[in-house]
Formats: sequence, C-alpha cells, structure tokens
Amino acid sequence: MTLTAPTTTGPRAVSPPPALRRAWRKASPYAYLAPFFTLFAAFGLFPLLYTAFVSLYRVELQTPGEMEWRGLGNYTALLGDSYFWTALRNTFTIGVLSTVPQLVMALGLAHLLNYRLRGRTFFRTAMLLPYATSVAAATLVFAQLFGRDFGLVNVVLGLVGIDPVDWQTGTVASQVAVSTIVIWRWTGYNALIYLAGMQSIPRELYEAAEMDGASRWRQFWHVTLPGLRPTIVFTVVVSTIGATQLFGEPLLFEGSVSGGISHQYQTLGLYLYEQGWGFFHLGRAAAIAWVMFLLILLVVGANALIVRRRSRKEAGR
Amino acid sequence: MTALAAPPPPVREPAPDRTARRGRRRSGAGRTLRGGKLAYTFLGLAVLVSAFPFYWTLVAASRSNADLAKVPPALLPGPNLARNIQAVTEEADIGKALLNSLIVSGSITLGTVLCCTLAGFAFAKLRFRGRGALLAVTVGTMMIPPQLGVIPLFMLIAKLQWVNQLQAVILPGLVSAFGVFFMRQYLVQSLPDELIEAARVDGASTGRIFWSIVIPIARPGMAVLGLLTFMTAWNDFFWPVVALSSSEPTVQVALRQLGGGYVNDQSVIMAGTLLGTLPVLLVFGLLGRQIVGGIMQGAVKG
Repeated sequence: MTLTAPTTTGPRAVSPPPALRRAWRKASPYAYLAPFFTLFAAFGLFPLLYTAFVSLYRVELQTPGEMEWRGLGNYTALLGDSYFWTALRNTFTIGVLSTVPQLVMALGLAHLLNYRLRGRTFFRTAMLLPYATSVAAATLVFAQLFGRDFGLVNVVLGLVGIDPVDWQTGTVASQVAVSTIVIWRWTGYNALIYLAGMQSIPRELYEAAEMDGASRWRQFWHVTLPGLRPTIVFTVVVSTIGATQLFGEPLLFEGSVSGGISHQYQTLGLYLYEQGWGFFHLGRAAAIAWVMFLLILLVVGANALIVRRRSRKEAGR
Repeated sequence: MTALAAPPPPVREPAPDRTARRGRRRSGAGRTLRGGKLAYTFLGLAVLVSAFPFYWTLVAASRSNADLAKVPPALLPGPNLARNIQAVTEEADIGKALLNSLIVSGSITLGTVLCCTLAGFAFAKLRFRGRGALLAVTVGTMMIPPQLGVIPLFMLIAKLQWVNQLQAVILPGLVSAFGVFFMRQYLVQSLPDELIEAARVDGASTGRIFWSIVIPIARPGMAVLGLLTFMTAWNDFFWPVVALSSSEPTVQVALRQLGGGYVNDQSVIMAGTLLGTLPVLLVFGLLGRQIVGGIMQGAVKG
C-alpha cells in the first residue's frame, strides 16, 4: 500500500523515490512466486509433512477432527495384518512384471525410432496414444479384453489351442493382466524419453566405433547403452515410483477395493484406499502412505548406489 | 498434489527450443541410419498394439452385449452406438461428468500455466534471497508420491466442507512443481538476459517486462505445459475418486461408477469409456506433434 501511495498522489510524470523503487525491486520476485507458493504450502507441502503426524494417531473418516494418540500403533497394526504383507508382495511382483518388460520394449522401440524413417512423426505420435488415455478408460477396456468367458484374449488363445485363462481369480494371471495395462500405457512414453536420450549421443562416437569395425549390435551395446545410462536410471526411478503407487488399474480391473477375492492383486495404493475410505481408518492409511514413501526412498537409494558403483568401475578401467 | 505423472524434469540438459534442436541435428548428434523393412514391421506392429484397444472400444460400444458374447466376437463396428450412449446417460450422469471434467481441467490448465510461468520466470531471471533453496524444495517434492499427502489433504477439504465440490479438485491441481521447473528451464533457454537489461534501462518495471517481453517469448512453452496439464488433469483418477462422489463426478469418477458393478452390460461400459476418452483423443489428434515434442524436450539426456 505505502509503496504505491507516492505515484497516486504526485503528478504522473514523477516516479517514486529511488529508495522505494529499490525496495520494491528487491521484494517483487517474491510477488511472482506468491501464487504458486501459497497453493504449494497449503495443498502440497503441508499435507506432505502432516501425514507423518496423522500416522501416529487414531483418526476416523467420519470424525476427522477427533484425533487420539496411538504412537506407533498404526505401524505395528500393519505389521500384524496379513493383507498388508500380501499387498506389499503384490506391489513388488506387479512392479517387476510391469516395469521390466516395459522398459526393455521401450528401449527397442526407441532404437527403431532413431532410424531415419518415413512417417517418423506418425510413428512417434501413434506410440504415445496410450499415454493420452486415462487409467479408468484403459483399465475398463482391458478388463473386457481379459474377460474369462468371452474376452478377446481368451478367444485368441483358444485359436492356438490354449485353454481359457481365468484372468481375474488366478494370482499370476490377474497380476499379468494388471501389468499388461501398465505396460500398454507407458511403453511408448518411455520410448520417446529414450529416443530423446539417443539423439543427444554424439554421432562421432558411432563413427569411431564403425572405424574400429564394431557391428551394429556392438555399437548398440557399447555406445548407445552407456550413453543412455542417466536416462535409463531416470526411467527406472520414475517407473518404480509409478509402480509403488499403482491404484486405478487394480481398483477398476473388476471394480472392488479388495483387489480380487483373495486380495490376489491388491497393491499398497489400493490397500491404503481400502483402509482409509473403505474402513474409515485415516490414521492407518497415513501409516501406509509413509511405508510407501520409505519403499520409494529405498529403491531410489539402491539405484543411486548401483549407478555410482558401475561408473566407478568403468572409470577404473 | 496432482504432481504431473508426466515427463521427467530435464535434469542434464535444459530444454532446447525448436530451432536449437534442428540445429543440433545438423551439427551431427544422433544417428541417421535408414530404417529397413524389419524396422517398419516392428514399428507397425507396435502402432497396431497401441491403437487396437481404441478400435476395440469403438467396436464394443457400437454392438449389443449379445454380439460381444459370441465366439468369435464381432470385429467390426455395429449399429448400436446411439442406443448404448443413451443407456450410459441413464446409468450415470455422463453429461454432467463431462461438463465437470471440462471445468476442472480447464481451470487447472489456466491456473497452472499462469502460476508456473510467474514462478518459472522468477526462478529463471530474477535474483533474490533463497532462490536456490526454494527451487530445491519445489523440485524435491516431485519425487514424493501424491498418496503421501492425500490423507491430510482430505482432512483439510473436509474441514473446509469442500468434499464433493469441484474446488476440492481444482485448487490442489494448481500445484505443479513440474510446471514451475518446466517453465524455468524454458525461460532460461529462450529468454536472453540482454533483453531484460535493455527493457530495464528503458525504465520498464518488472511487471511490464513480464507482460510485454516474457509472456510472448514463453508462449510456446506455455502451450506445451498447458497441453500436458490438460491431459493429466482430465485423466486424473486417484484424487477425484477420493474427493468427489457420484453426485458430482468428473468423467473418470463416472467411469468408475460404470465399471464398479452397477452396470453389467459390457457394451454400455465401453460406450461410456468411449465418451470419456474422446475429448482427450481429440486434443491429442490435433496437437499430438506438440505433445510429443514437449515430452522429448523434457527428457533427460546423456
């Protein structure tokens, strides 16, 4: 207020005193940050930190204002719940089943996309199409394709003489089906990320390799892959985070919060939702959220460790 | 809260603008071997696999349930699309859901692009105390799963009595650490310091500079961020399911309702899916090239 006062009272041509101008110039960057950081503090940072606090209390969904101290009670209750362990194991197996093939295929596709091709933009765009769909839409379509009796997948399997698979009740089968949805949605996206990485590898490296008589395959192995290392690490970390949070696919695969009759494909994300919004235990759900976070830290840490050790080994060579 | 589940931040190399990319190709990064028949075959296969579920949605949405139960099932679109869509509108208020999604995604896109451009500009070109620390906090939170904040966020909107109201989805959606980082990288690259210096010498205030220099230069970046934000907001599932109910749904919440066992008619479910996917497919069809470019710009490079 006081800052603008001089300009409004004085004649228009007179600018505010230099001291005030300087003060404003110092303060104004914060004005540009204010809209974002106000929202960020209220809806991003505060909830993030407050979760740890909530996880130590008994809080029920119907009465979120009443909090009763439980200490580590929510965490010990988790350890004693067999469904927690099932969800943890499922998150891990579905994570591996979806991430590994997805990234390997993405690498292959990126390699192909890196050739000089006619219709390059078409291929790139078409490959990103699944990324444009929602979890909900993709899952409903795949649930239909994976139907036990009339699903297209089983019909096709029948054509080659394989008996129909019960994609919903079988543990392995249902996890494969859920992973397939994840793979379908994210392979093209990762391929584009790899492609961007490949395009920044200097061409001279390939020329040098060619002069040394390296085959295409050896060039891929010894030039492309090492050049892509930071990109690969990045996609591994991002996919792992995504896999840890898997929620929509298992929820909508047949529409229940338990992830199948025997919880055979319930992930931690779905388990969190079931505890919080199915059974109303918000405190317990907060504890699950923290377990998920620790899990991610663990994976990211392990990743960093592996990368550092590999680069040291190579530097020592 | 709805951290863009989208492109990773450009960690190694800041996002180059279009001319820079073209220039680099000429200068010889990347390889330009011609693709053989095998490459086309594999890529064609990948395109088929990517596109088939969309085609199947159309087929199933335009057939009767009995057609789908036949072995072998129908593989071409049928005549029942209109009837199935009508059935969807009876099962779920899909019209309202579409409108809600449009309001939510539209507001989130406008708000995010504005907030992130402002903050991105400050981080890219203004000097102030605590810049490094604030940026580090912002970027650091991108690694944290959104679920971690969901419970307190829910308690917050419950306290504000916003449960089942659209602002409960819109306001947390405006927080995009990725967006700030994206705009910062874009402006670091494409906004020369000299331009700002010159404007300052001419006596322009920072606000004036932002309005008449930064915005025009930032526009392509803002467009890409807007597209990505719109798609993410339209497709967001977890938070809308938590914060909204079937009386005030977004399209994704309505789809959950359709798939949640209330309806057993597969062709009706597929018709709903088609309606929920169509708008974003339309955006993608028109602007897919820019989206691809945006994602590749945001990628980590070696």
